[in-house]
Amino acid sequence: MKRIGVFLCHCGSNIAGTVDIDRLQEAVRKMPGVVYVEQNKYTCSEPGQEQIRKGIKEHRLERVVVAACSPRMHENTFRRTVESAGLNPYLLEIANVREHCSWVHRDREEATAKAIDLVRRAVAKVVFNRPLQKARIPVEKRALVIGGGIAGIQAALDIADAGHEVWLVEKEPSIGGRMAQLDKTFPTLDCSLCILTPKMVDVAQHPNIRLLTYSLVENVSGYVGNFQVTIRKRARSVDEAKCTGCGTCWAKCPHKVPSEFDLGLGQRKVIYVPFPQAVPNKPVIDREHCVYFKTGKCRVCERFCPTGAIDFTQEDELITERFGAIVVATGFDLFDHSRYGEYGAGRDPDIISGLHFERLVNASGPTEGKIRRPSDGKVPRSVVFVTCVGSRDDHKGVSYCSRVCCMYTAKHAILLSEKVPGCRSYVFYMDMRTPGKGYEEFYKRSQEMGTRYVRGRVARIFREGDHLVVQGEDTLLGRKVVVEADMVVLATGITPRRDAGELARTLGISYDQYAFFNEAHPKLRPVETNTAGIYLAGACQGPKDIPDAVAQASGAAAKVTAMFSKDTLTADPLIATVNEAICSGCMWCKPICPYRAIDEKIITERVRGRTVSRRVATVNAGLCQGCGACTVACRDGAMNLLGFSNEQVLAEVEALCR
Amino acid sequence: MKYAYFPGCSLSGTAREYDRSTRAVARALGLDLEEIPDWSCCGATSAHATDKLLSLALPARSLARADRMGLDVVAPCAACFNRLRTTVHAVRSDARVADEIREVLGEEYGARSQVYALPDVIVNRYGLDNIAPRLKKSLGGMKVACYYGCLLVRPSAITAFDDPEDPQTLDRLVRALGGEPVVWPAKTECCGASLSITRTRVVWQLAAQILTAAQKAGAEAIVVACPFCQSNLDMRQVQAQKWSGRRWNIPVYYFTQLLGVALGLSPGELGLESHFVDPLGVLRQKALV
Amino acid sequence: MRGAGAGREAERVSKAVLHLGEGTEPGFLREVEQEAGTKVSLCYQCGKCAASCPVSFVMDLEPYQVMRLVQLGARDEVLRSRTIWLCASCTACSERCPREVDVAAAMDALRVLARRAGYRPAEGQIALFHGLFLDSVRDTGRVHELGLMVRYKLKTGDLFSDLDVGLPMMRHGKLKPVPHRIRGTEQMRVLFWRVRARETAAVHQSTGAARESEAAAGGRPEKGGEGR
Repeated sequence: MKRIGVFLCHCGSNIAGTVDIDRLQEAVRKMPGVVYVEQNKYTCSEPGQEQIRKGIKEHRLERVVVAACSPRMHENTFRRTVESAGLNPYLLEIANVREHCSWVHRDREEATAKAIDLVRRAVAKVVFNRPLQKARIPVEKRALVIGGGIAGIQAALDIADAGHEVWLVEKEPSIGGRMAQLDKTFPTLDCSLCILTPKMVDVAQHPNIRLLTYSLVENVSGYVGNFQVTIRKRARSVDEAKCTGCGTCWAKCPHKVPSEFDLGLGQRKVIYVPFPQAVPNKPVIDREHCVYFKTGKCRVCERFCPTGAIDFTQEDELITERFGAIVVATGFDLFDHSRYGEYGAGRDPDIISGLHFERLVNASGPTEGKIRRPSDGKVPRSVVFVTCVGSRDDHKGVSYCSRVCCMYTAKHAILLSEKVPGCRSYVFYMDMRTPGKGYEEFYKRSQEMGTRYVRGRVARIFREGDHLVVQGEDTLLGRKVVVEADMVVLATGITPRRDAGELARTLGISYDQYAFFNEAHPKLRPVETNTAGIYLAGACQGPKDIPDAVAQASGAAAKVTAMFSKDTLTADPLIATVNEAICSGCMWCKPICPYRAIDEKIITERVRGRTVSRRVATVNAGLCQGCGACTVACRDGAMNLLGFSNEQVLAEVEALCR
Repeated sequence: MKYAYFPGCSLSGTAREYDRSTRAVARALGLDLEEIPDWSCCGATSAHATDKLLSLALPARSLARADRMGLDVVAPCAACFNRLRTTVHAVRSDARVADEIREVLGEEYGARSQVYALPDVIVNRYGLDNIAPRLKKSLGGMKVACYYGCLLVRPSAITAFDDPEDPQTLDRLVRALGGEPVVWPAKTECCGASLSITRTRVVWQLAAQILTAAQKAGAEAIVVACPFCQSNLDMRQVQAQKWSGRRWNIPVYYFTQLLGVALGLSPGELGLESHFVDPLGVLRQKALV
Repeated sequence: MRGAGAGREAERVSKAVLHLGEGTEPGFLREVEQEAGTKVSLCYQCGKCAASCPVSFVMDLEPYQVMRLVQLGARDEVLRSRTIWLCASCTACSERCPREVDVAAAMDALRVLARRAGYRPAEGQIALFHGLFLDSVRDTGRVHELGLMVRYKLKTGDLFSDLDVGLPMMRHGKLKPVPHRIRGTEQMRVLFWRVRARETAAVHQSTGAARESEAAAGGRPEKGGEGR
């Protein structure tokens, strides 16, 4: 029989005020296996912990039970205490007589009786505790950042500056993301590319960063510290080593297609860089539209390239590499406003999205920064902005607020009044949400510049001849309002990327009902996911503005560098374990595991003089989170959870039923 | 193709042309419409504005008879369609509704037959492909504003056969008949419906807005699928012209009348003699009569 | 101005101070939600309903203002309003509401609750019309349009408007002088009677509850008048 010591904490009056500790002690003394029991006012304090150490040594204790607060508070504390007295830290059990007892009951009789039950249960369980050792996992000190927008760029720079190798994978031909599409940023009205390009160049020049653009993450396997990732480097059809970015090829290319970067408002060549400040400044041939790839003719670019960098035979390259950590920074898409039949169903060229307007107002955009309406190029005299399009709308399945639209609409109104003096602008809003530094002042500035804010949603927008009619409501006055506008800008909300779900499944991370990636805890762990080793940065986790994206990116980088500061990681030993003697190899456990921690392996053994091989399950210590689902699925009882084994749990049940 | 036919109170009275033209067109197309025996009023707006159970029990009485006929129902009037379909939906979604109906109606109703709007039946179920070979005349590019009104397409979860913001069923029919459906913004704006008697001036205002929008879009005619819409835009058009000082002179046809004309039926068969705004002028211009 | 036909229509929203807590009935919101089968509590007064409403220009309260007052328990003000009677049930509001509140259903429910509590409908003619319509259905199984029109005009004393359209319609045989009687008139009569009985039971139940909160509120609704 194991020698069990029980330490009862008063926790001041938190426990002792409700539970009769003396009576508890009396009852505990009689429990089977208990050789020593003691009370303490504050067990977690230094004298309290010293008392535990003394108790272990003097009474040769083999198991320890502490009846105190929640294990989430001090289990680790007491494990360290026990370890320092020479006992394995996992030979300790906590009976939570505070959160589960004294804090939720008022009747002293009932509370004391319950406390006795809770301790009896812990005493019965601890007999079956086994000494456990933390496993050590090696760490590959190379990080992968997926997504080259501002969040990905920031994360890559921070990790690289800390001295670690970083690969930055971006699926577009250039990094820069959404920020590159913006004209000015609120609330400072900084030129977006002017503040972004230095960071982009830093990324390109950083000795620790390997930049892979026009590339996709195809496959991810492995676990924290040891991910194995396959990246598809798509064929640019341009030899990056020879290309100097001189621009001759795209100047000479005779074919144009609508530009994705300009959201179809402008055009680009078939061999192109998406925007002039692209990093890397090396073009890409769009093989889907290239005349050579379709018909075998043309080849103008090849003819004119001064360095012979065009290579039509280039093929996609598959690169596999090991990474210790992955940062996901894949950004966002915009709500498709064609879903609003009442706002023209996306068919009217003068009813545009916020990002469209951004391209119009941008000096390197399709109209060189002049505000012209798309249908006829006229200078608008009256523009209506409508907020909350594809946000805060249960009917369209987007219940959340997109956080940036109020601000970017105010920005658009300000830019409009600067570029087209005298142009009347109206903003239909539900609330003006201005939570950041300088944001409310920015909104005030737009009001001062003459933007008319109307509080109310818009019922519908339709065309009447050469202008649009906007029918809305001013709820502050309680009246319908009608505005004739030359152009309408719908502040479309932020949505996850269309392929976010697919990427999440490739990585093995979870996502919410909208397909934003899930953080590990909404309040306290915003940059981690529930998959160890994979971190989040930017709008892929939820709508946010640039300052928050950058902050989150640095946060993710800090988590990565913290991990990389050690050579090995310790894995929590409270994981599932397979009794290979009993395991039948049915592998029912494998699909149950939400962390993909179970795999199969072949073992060989000698049976009746012959060597036989058979399949059994095996648990990856790094991935297993100790949830126990596999132990339930296991038909043979071969799967057991260390720290919560079947024997331990049954002992608890039996103790409670007594 | 056979349907149980629910004419509704208006089609038996003030909207006789709709009933007549529907039956004539059905005959010409070979669409079998069997009137539900002893059908009764669907309750329209007045029932659901007064008592919810009553508003479901009234349609249920007629629908139970359709169930017994073993046929799905077609209702030309948009209000009837809406109320009948709402009842089917309510009974199918909640068993308690059927119980309550049984208690007050004194008979069983199981929501077996479904209810379809007349445009849906003709354009989608019967099909434009089957209509095309039977056409004798073309609308000759007539610019038609297709007016759907409110109850035909809303609530979309109930009506479920066309888009509530930009429906196309009637537009497709007009195009198939050789007409040109105009793009105009008042397709689904309510005409004021039951306020026609009690707040007539409101209806004049709403009708004026709808007629003006049709006029601005260049429409030579308006096509409807509801007796209230027809009445408010046709009968009240004359009054609204006096009240507002504007002139529209746009004929308002039931879509079955235009379809009938294109199928070669005579104005008499289609009830074209009892409109307020002359419906024959435009038809003569296009050599349709 | 609020459009043609202003004057009586252009009433302002009441400016009486709304004492939240006393003088309002927190149970009213749940009562309306229950009767209407929709979550009025979710309305955030964005105004899309009013902007979509064809008749809001003659209403005394905009649809979302009615929702707001329901949320705040201002039972008396809501049940006295003309808005709830003017609603044409076109459901543009319900179709477009971003919070998926069935505003049209709420209007129906408020009409029922107003009657149940004995409020005189603020739009008496509209309520009268509904009543006469249903009387016709009860008596013959279908609406006898001519009979309905005549009774309505007699009761409202408005005999001459619409003669310009009524006479031509009669000439075309569109207004039948004699109503069609269905065979199931007895069933109709019983149906209406049973529905009436249920409503009476509901009135008694809510009157009991209303009396309690009446005492608390210190006011009483105006009883009697038209409508069933």
